[in-house]
Amino acid sequence: MNIRTYISQLIVLVVLMGCDVSQINSPYIEEEGTSSVLYQSFSERPKHLDPATSYSENEYAFIAQIYEPPFQYHYLKRPYQLTPLTASKMPEINYLDSQDNKLVGDVQDHDIAYTDYVIDIQSGIQFQPHPALAKNAQGEYRYHHLSETQIQDVKTLNDFVDTGSRELTAEDYVHQIKRLAHPKIQSPIAEIMKNYIVGFDDFSKQVSSLQKTELRNKSISGVEVIGRYQYRIRIKGKYPQFIFWLAMPFFSPMPWEADVFYEQAGLSNKNITLDWYPIGTGPYLLAENNPNRRMILLKNPQFHTELYPSEGEPGDKQNGLLADAGKKLPFIDKVIFTLEKETIPYWTKFLQGYYDASGIASDSFDQAIQFTGSGGATLTDSMKEKEIKLQTLVEASIFYMGFNMLDPIVGGDSESARKLRQAISIAVDYEEFISIFRNGRGVVAQGVIPPGIFGYTDTKAGINPYNYDWIDNKAQRKKIEEARHLMEEAGYLNGIDPKTKEALILYFDTAAVSVDDRPTMNWYRKQFEKLGIKLVVRGTDYNRFQEKMRNGNEQIFVWGWNADYPDPENLFFLLYGPNSKVKYGGENAGNYQSAAFDKLFEKMRNMDNNEQRYQIIQELQEVVRHDAPWVFGFHPKNFSLFHSWYSNLKPNVMANNRLKYTRIDTLERTEKRKHWNHPQWLPVILTLLVFVCLLVSAIHAYRRSAKETLQ
Amino acid sequence: MVILWTDALIFLLILVVCALGFYWHDKEHIKRPLQKIAASKVGVASLVVLLFFVFIGLLDSVHFKPGQGKNNELISCLDYLAKPLIEQGEKTYSAPFAARLYSKEVIVLDDGTTKWGYPRLVFGGSHLTNPDIELLPDILKKAFYGLAQGVALSGLFMLSYLGIRYQRQNKLARFGEAPASTKTALLVTFIIVSLGYTLIYLSSYYHVFGTDKVGEDVFYQTIKSIRTGLVLGTLTTLIMLPLAIVFGILAGFFQGWLDDIIQYLYTTLNSIPSVLLIAASILMVQVYITNHEQDFTSVIMRADMRLLFLCLILGVTNWTGLCRLLRAETLKLREMEYVQAAHALGVKKSIILVRHILPNLMHIILISVVLDFSSLVLAEAVLSYINIGVDPTTYSWGNMINGARLEMAREPIVWWSLSAAFIFMFGLVLAANLFADTVQNAFDPRHNS
Amino acid sequence: MIQYIIRRFFYAFPLLLGVNILTFVLFFIVNSPDDMARMQLGQKHVTEQSIANWKQQHGYDRPLLWNPKASGEEKVTQTIFYQKSVGLFLFRFGVSDSGRNIGADIQERMWPSLALALPTLIVGLLVDVTFALMMVLFRGGTLEQAGIVLCVALMSISSLFYIIGGQFIVAKVLKLVPISGYDDGLIAIKFLILPVLIGVFSGVGSGVRWYRTLFLEEVEKDYVRTARAKGLSETQTLFRHVLRNALIPILTGVVVILPLLFMGSLIMESFFSIPGLGSYTIDAINSQDFAIVRAMVFLGSVLYVVGLLLTDISYTLVDPRVRLS
Repeated sequence: MNIRTYISQLIVLVVLMGCDVSQINSPYIEEEGTSSVLYQSFSERPKHLDPATSYSENEYAFIAQIYEPPFQYHYLKRPYQLTPLTASKMPEINYLDSQDNKLVGDVQDHDIAYTDYVIDIQSGIQFQPHPALAKNAQGEYRYHHLSETQIQDVKTLNDFVDTGSRELTAEDYVHQIKRLAHPKIQSPIAEIMKNYIVGFDDFSKQVSSLQKTELRNKSISGVEVIGRYQYRIRIKGKYPQFIFWLAMPFFSPMPWEADVFYEQAGLSNKNITLDWYPIGTGPYLLAENNPNRRMILLKNPQFHTELYPSEGEPGDKQNGLLADAGKKLPFIDKVIFTLEKETIPYWTKFLQGYYDASGIASDSFDQAIQFTGSGGATLTDSMKEKEIKLQTLVEASIFYMGFNMLDPIVGGDSESARKLRQAISIAVDYEEFISIFRNGRGVVAQGVIPPGIFGYTDTKAGINPYNYDWIDNKAQRKKIEEARHLMEEAGYLNGIDPKTKEALILYFDTAAVSVDDRPTMNWYRKQFEKLGIKLVVRGTDYNRFQEKMRNGNEQIFVWGWNADYPDPENLFFLLYGPNSKVKYGGENAGNYQSAAFDKLFEKMRNMDNNEQRYQIIQELQEVVRHDAPWVFGFHPKNFSLFHSWYSNLKPNVMANNRLKYTRIDTLERTEKRKHWNHPQWLPVILTLLVFVCLLVSAIHAYRRSAKETLQ
Repeated sequence: MVILWTDALIFLLILVVCALGFYWHDKEHIKRPLQKIAASKVGVASLVVLLFFVFIGLLDSVHFKPGQGKNNELISCLDYLAKPLIEQGEKTYSAPFAARLYSKEVIVLDDGTTKWGYPRLVFGGSHLTNPDIELLPDILKKAFYGLAQGVALSGLFMLSYLGIRYQRQNKLARFGEAPASTKTALLVTFIIVSLGYTLIYLSSYYHVFGTDKVGEDVFYQTIKSIRTGLVLGTLTTLIMLPLAIVFGILAGFFQGWLDDIIQYLYTTLNSIPSVLLIAASILMVQVYITNHEQDFTSVIMRADMRLLFLCLILGVTNWTGLCRLLRAETLKLREMEYVQAAHALGVKKSIILVRHILPNLMHIILISVVLDFSSLVLAEAVLSYINIGVDPTTYSWGNMINGARLEMAREPIVWWSLSAAFIFMFGLVLAANLFADTVQNAFDPRHNS
Repeated sequence: MIQYIIRRFFYAFPLLLGVNILTFVLFFIVNSPDDMARMQLGQKHVTEQSIANWKQQHGYDRPLLWNPKASGEEKVTQTIFYQKSVGLFLFRFGVSDSGRNIGADIQERMWPSLALALPTLIVGLLVDVTFALMMVLFRGGTLEQAGIVLCVALMSISSLFYIIGGQFIVAKVLKLVPISGYDDGLIAIKFLILPVLIGVFSGVGSGVRWYRTLFLEEVEKDYVRTARAKGLSETQTLFRHVLRNALIPILTGVVVILPLLFMGSLIMESFFSIPGLGSYTIDAINSQDFAIVRAMVFLGSVLYVVGLLLTDISYTLVDPRVRLS
């Protein structure tokens, strides 16, 4: 930076301080101009932005805007429904027998050996401008053979001046699937895909010693480019949920040029990797990537035509969600994500209008939300005054308290242990938990399936009859006496362990050891005390906790699961015997094993959503409720607040690429921000005055004493 | 009675202090500065405050299993005394001296209808029928009663003290004739006892410092935190003193390769950012506790282990400063004529060390102990913020502040946890700082002005 | 002089080696490479194969300190310790466990740290010295007594209170500065004013007291009495003699901590979300990113050694009687 930029910055500063004292506390410095800018925050720096490895909500906040898998969830329609994104239509699905013959007509499940997904993509879609695609006049790639000195001069990706683009082809999608299989990339879903995609495992072994750049010349037997705009994925057997995977960023296109470009030695030392600088076809591109401070998304100038959906759920029209129907996406030009770790600044900035939307931390909750007499949530007056709006949404997740089924006391199939588990299920009052720790932001789970997913019902049939009674058209938790009775039947009268003649001691394993978790742990202890059980909390760090879980040394734990896709299979598999954590390293953390359950599950998982499937799901629920391997905790409810100038928002747990639909009214925002942020100078002036007075009197006193000594 | 590790060390510390006091009883060079401290008003006043904190800390260090056998949780004497405070919890936040919760909730009225409002507290002000009018007069009345009783109680103590003096000296000992510092001490005791009594009296009717998020009494939390602060401040020095003294004197006295090794040791330790060292050690403790689960059946024992380790590791990171000071001073002392003379007379080195060097270092050690105390209490808060301080289940001011951070963002803000922690922590640290000043003035020959 | 510096340089080597061994041992008692892999790979769908891959990629697939399978000198060199330490000594910090280049991150993050720490130091020094001088000027009076009591009181407040209180009042209630954040260039002033002020304020109690004793020591000396006897006024003696002579300990005291300023302030940075090395370290501790922590420990030790060296040199510069040998 030279002197001139400093001077110009100084001028900007003076101008800012001099003229715009009305908003001296603004944390942003750039002028917005006429473009519409959205201000968001992120609390944790993303670890991966490579769609093959990224697998968390906070990373999807970025890459779902940049990368485009062939399909997406419809923004407005409910229940969740897939629509084509870059694909031109929904895939053609063909069932094959073991001789690769296409099955037609009424197909029986056991005949299906393979399933083919034939996907057609639209023509004319362009990648974002990117140096990896830049070509010189001769048509050679400009930056694919960088010299050492060239690399030395580079600090960020923006230092490569030239950029290029090219059309998206089916090969890019296939290339990405090869990347998923490459062991060096360590895709978190590689292990799952091994079981489904034909040839995935072999390919993975075949390329294990090869560089990423060489992937292009190898081929997976099950994934084939058919034409420039058409490719086929062959999976083993029948797996109807596979289509949901195709809507996740894992299956986004990746140009082979990207791997060649980023693999050049020396670039990774500058943090220039695919993990940090994405290259996609989506509505936005990552213009600035400073995970230490902020990330900026800019509108992709090459973005293909995508229109705002023109149909939705009933009621969407009244809510103004269809006002932009048929208009070209996206509406927002620039998104600034600022790193914000502490909740206080985050919340305060939202109230000051410097963030456009906010979640609600438990501690600022009752400032924002109040419950009406009937139990519904509305905004408090101070929020209404600011015209802040509220949206709630039950997430497709479940938080549960699991019992280690391998444990001699709480686990196992014995009647005594089952009664003990059932008693605990009644005693641990998750209604209270939700109201104390989550301020009502949750729905008590009656079984495994969260609302919004096939198989859930909120009628009497949907309650857990072992813990609840249906009274006054509401589920009512059973009285604690019944739990005590169960305890007696289990052999623990008043919670006394007949072996030791003392209170039964159970152990609660957790990695939650920070100060903020102390009340939670006390609460759990209290719940068990109701039954006379003494709960010892064994808090350790995360790694130790994981190790315990792996070895089955835990007794009671709390765990959560966020559904990957809206299908009951993705939740019930958490209790499937062959997914046991200790034996097979799977996701069945409590190591639950039930022959009846496993049989039903195997039947249910490959079915299409129909009445029969619904019935099997209810049977599955019944088995689990009776065995009580979990205390079904709650499904978190997401409350999000946003300012009146932020529109076209509809909650959607599945779609992560919502940004392109939303809109900002910049004028209104500027107006309100000014109104809300009048600096208060008076106390400062007063303090200064007092200080000056003190100083003057001190000098005065000193002068006088000096005079006195002279005389 | 059950003795936890830190309890044992505290008792050991008290023994050491008593032994030292006995040993110094007739040592003129120690006695003179002590008399100087006794003559200083500020010193005596702060000492009384400190002793008061120590008293509470000691009460909290005597642990036992309450009878009944069923519930095998450990409690301390203080818990026993404060039983009503522990048991009388509320649902969530309530302000100091409040009779209602701090946030609105759906209240079910007697006739079955629901209302949106502030529900009454279970414990705080539950003796009032109409808190809206009666609350303030009742608080004032209760405060007055409490104060009157407190004054009477402490007055009784004073009188009996004066009575003993009168008997001993067998003449009319009027209060006016006592030395000024004694008067200060009595006055401070009088104030503390009266105020303390008033608080205790009030706390049996109200939550004097309010309640926290899960409705736990904040007054109880602050009181419990005293022990944590004291343990960290004192046990850490107990751990670092032997290290610093032995290494410091050896390095200074023998020099040569021994000096080189010791210098290498403390420069290495010094150059590691201490926060990182502490973080690593705390992780280690957690692993240790996980691997030896059967030894830690109760929450208190786990927390105690972590506290002890924190003291240990703070001791290890803190001894270097004192060690360097002692080394420098020893270097100076060994060139002194009387030490040289002892050498010449063929006195054994170990005897020279114990007879001539160590006693002359005592003032440095003493000063650094009192100076370190307050900084350790303050450090605890910062460490808790980074989650590498005391166990989260331990009551400590650091944990309170850390939890209160988020409360400041609420509107209306929840200020009492932070204020309570502030007042008590400030009280302890201020007293310690003032006392440290007096000690420094009394012992440091340069501060004789 | 140059010889001395070179010798100090060689002394530093065993020191840094010691630091490195210590941190290495401390962290690996706690964490096995498997743990680290699991930590970084997250919760969902983690298999033994992916852990092995991760270890291989991050160079944790060797034995820790001693490789019995290798031959000759490779018994030592083919270990995690050797492989990871050599890089440190060459200031090649490698890749963090979460996959970013540490060296690049440190280079980027040390400037915000410095931008916060340096003004805090300078302003703090000025304020502390001014107030200390005033107290010396009014020594023996009630003003000084009040000052001392105030200093002790300020010292007795935990720095967390200053931060929480300052942020609450200035940023939230008065809306005078952004509540947190940072930006490059001069505009950073807007974000730094409050943290610097708080930093100065929380250090003022102990600082003023320390400088006061320094000045008082100086005031008692004979030459000051002589100066006063010559008829110089109190202010003149203070500024001409006392301050000038006290400057030596003040400056050398500052020089020691100068290099360490790069390490940043742990708490201030995370409270005000300033992207410096302090918050970097805290994040690393919280996410147990061993590679970053070790790099920061090493860096801290190097800077400490540099600080000691600078002090020695500055002694010779200000006081010609001191010779380095």
